[in-house]
Amino acid sequence: MGKKVAKEVSIAIADAVKLARAEVIAAYPITPQTHIVEHLSELVANGELDAEYITVESEHSAISASLGAVATGARTFTSTSSQGLALMHEILFIAPALRLPVVMVVANRALSAPISIWNDHSDIMAQRDIGWIQLWAENGQEAVDLVIQAFRIAEDRNVMFPTIVNIDGFTLSHVIEPVILPEQEEVDAFLPPFRPKYKLDPRKPLTMGPVGVPEIYFEAKKAQDEAFKNSRKVILRVWKDWANRFGREYHPVETYRLEDAEIALLINGSLAETAMTAVDKMREQGKKVGLIRFRLWRPFPIQEFRKAVAGLKVLGVIDRALTPGGVGGPLGTEVRAALYNAARRPRVVNFIAGLGGRDITVEDFEEMADRAAFYMKKRPKEAYETIGVRES
Amino acid sequence: MIEIRLHGRGGQGAVTSAELIAISAINQDKYAQAFPSFGPERRGAPVMAFVRVSDERIRLREKVYHPDIVVVLDPSLPTIVKVTDGLKEDGWVILNSHKDEKTLREMLGGYQGKMAVVDATKIALEVLGLPITNTTMLGAFLKATGLVDRKYLEEALEHRFGRLAEKNKAAMARALEETKLYT
Repeated sequence: MGKKVAKEVSIAIADAVKLARAEVIAAYPITPQTHIVEHLSELVANGELDAEYITVESEHSAISASLGAVATGARTFTSTSSQGLALMHEILFIAPALRLPVVMVVANRALSAPISIWNDHSDIMAQRDIGWIQLWAENGQEAVDLVIQAFRIAEDRNVMFPTIVNIDGFTLSHVIEPVILPEQEEVDAFLPPFRPKYKLDPRKPLTMGPVGVPEIYFEAKKAQDEAFKNSRKVILRVWKDWANRFGREYHPVETYRLEDAEIALLINGSLAETAMTAVDKMREQGKKVGLIRFRLWRPFPIQEFRKAVAGLKVLGVIDRALTPGGVGGPLGTEVRAALYNAARRPRVVNFIAGLGGRDITVEDFEEMADRAAFYMKKRPKEAYETIGVRES
Repeated sequence: MIEIRLHGRGGQGAVTSAELIAISAINQDKYAQAFPSFGPERRGAPVMAFVRVSDERIRLREKVYHPDIVVVLDPSLPTIVKVTDGLKEDGWVILNSHKDEKTLREMLGGYQGKMAVVDATKIALEVLGLPITNTTMLGAFLKATGLVDRKYLEEALEHRFGRLAEKNKAAMARALEETKLYT
C-alpha cells in the first residue's frame, strides 16, 4: 500500500498518469490545467516516464495527436480546460465513434466572456453529447484513483471509449492535501498493458474513419450508443476490483447521509465536500437533509439515480453552468427528464450557483436546502433560481 | 480545525508558506489543505493564501473567512488590506514589522487581540540577501502558534529548497528567537 503524502492535486494526477505507464501525452497548456502537463513534461524529460510528450500548437492539435497515438495502440493521455476543451469540440465526437480510448483530465473552468480563469462547469456541460465516458472527482485521492481506473475502463475491449475525469479547476487542481499514491506493482497488477484488437499498423493496413453513407451511418451510431450504454457493466466491475484491491469504493451515484432524508442537494465536483459539512451541520439541527453526486455522468446511471432519490420529497439540484434561455441548468434539465417517467420521484428545484469562481459556502448550501424544504408544500414557479448573485 | 489566512504581495512567497505549513502538518500525520486565492498572479499585488489544519478529515473547500491565524508577510499591507477581517476573537495576527506595539495596534484599527511581530524583512535581507520573507515568517508563526513541530517545517524546507534550505532554516530560526509576542 502506498504511503500518504502531501501533494498538490495536479502533481498527484501527473504521478497517477506515470503510474498508469502512459506512452503518449499530447497537450497544450492552459490555466488551470497547467501544473498537470508541466509535471508530466518534467517526468518525461528527466526519464522517469518513458513516454512521447508531443508539444502541439493548440488543443485542436492536442486531441488530434492523441487520437492518432491511441489509434496505433499507445496508451494516451491529454488534459485541458475551458476554451481549450471548446477548441477540441469537433474532434471530441470522433474519438468514441472510432472507439479510441484516450484518457483526458478536464480541470473545469468557466467559458469566456467575460474572460474567467476560475472554476465552474460551463466547459464540460457544453460537451455533454460528445459520447465520452465522464467521471467526477471530489478530492485529490479520487482524482488519482479515477485517472488510473479510467485507463482500465476506457481500454477494456468491451468498452473502447474515451474517458474524461473532471476535476474542479483551482478549487481542486491547486490544493495541497494528503493523497495516497498506489505502488507501481499495485497499479501494474490492476492495469494490464493496452492491447487493442485493431490498430493502425503499416504491416496490417486497415481504414479508420471512412465515410458513413446513409445506408450505414445510422446503424453505426446505434451500435456506438448500445456499446456505450453497455460500458457501465465494465465500469462497475472495475470499481469492484478497485475496492477489493485498495479499499476505496466508487459508485455511479454517490450518496451522503441519504437514509431517511426528505431533502437532498445534488452537486457534482469538489464543492460536494463543502456540502457534506453543511449536511452534517443541518443534521445536528435535526433537519433531514442528505447529499447526492454523480460520480458517473456519462453514460447516465438512470437506475441508480432513480433508486437514490425515490424516498425524497424535494431534490435541490445545483448547477454550476447556465443554459441561457433553457428550462433549467444542464444538470437540472437532465435530472428532471430522468425522473419524468419514474414511478416515485421527488419535486425538483434547480439552483444555479458558483459561476466563474464565485465561492459556494456552507451557508449557501444551508440556504439552498432551506429553500428546497420550502418547496415541499409549494411548486417552484421558476425553472431555476440563482444563488449568491448581487442584485444591486 | 485551525484556519489560517496568509497575506502577501505577489512574489513574496505567501503561497509557498501556506504549502509548507500544510505539508508539515500532513507529514506530522494531521489532515491539512493549502490553496492560493486564485487571483491573476502579479508581482507586487496583494495576494492571499489559505491553510486548514485538523485532526479529522477536512471536507470544506470554501475560502477561509474566519481565520484563527493571520500571517502578514509585507509590512505595508495592513494599511491597504483589512488583514484582521473575520479574525476569531482569540486569534493571532502575525506581522512583519519593525514598528512598536502601540503603532501597530493603531495601524490595525485599534486591534486588541493577540499579536506576534518580527522584523522579517531585515532578517531576510541579512540571512538570505533577499527581501523575501515567507520562510522567515514561518519562525514567527511557529513561535506564536506551535501548530506544527519545528522538525517537520525544517524537513519541508529541505525538501522544497534543496541547497538553499540551510539559509532558509537559519532565517526561520532567527525569527523564532526575535519574534515578540503581545497577548
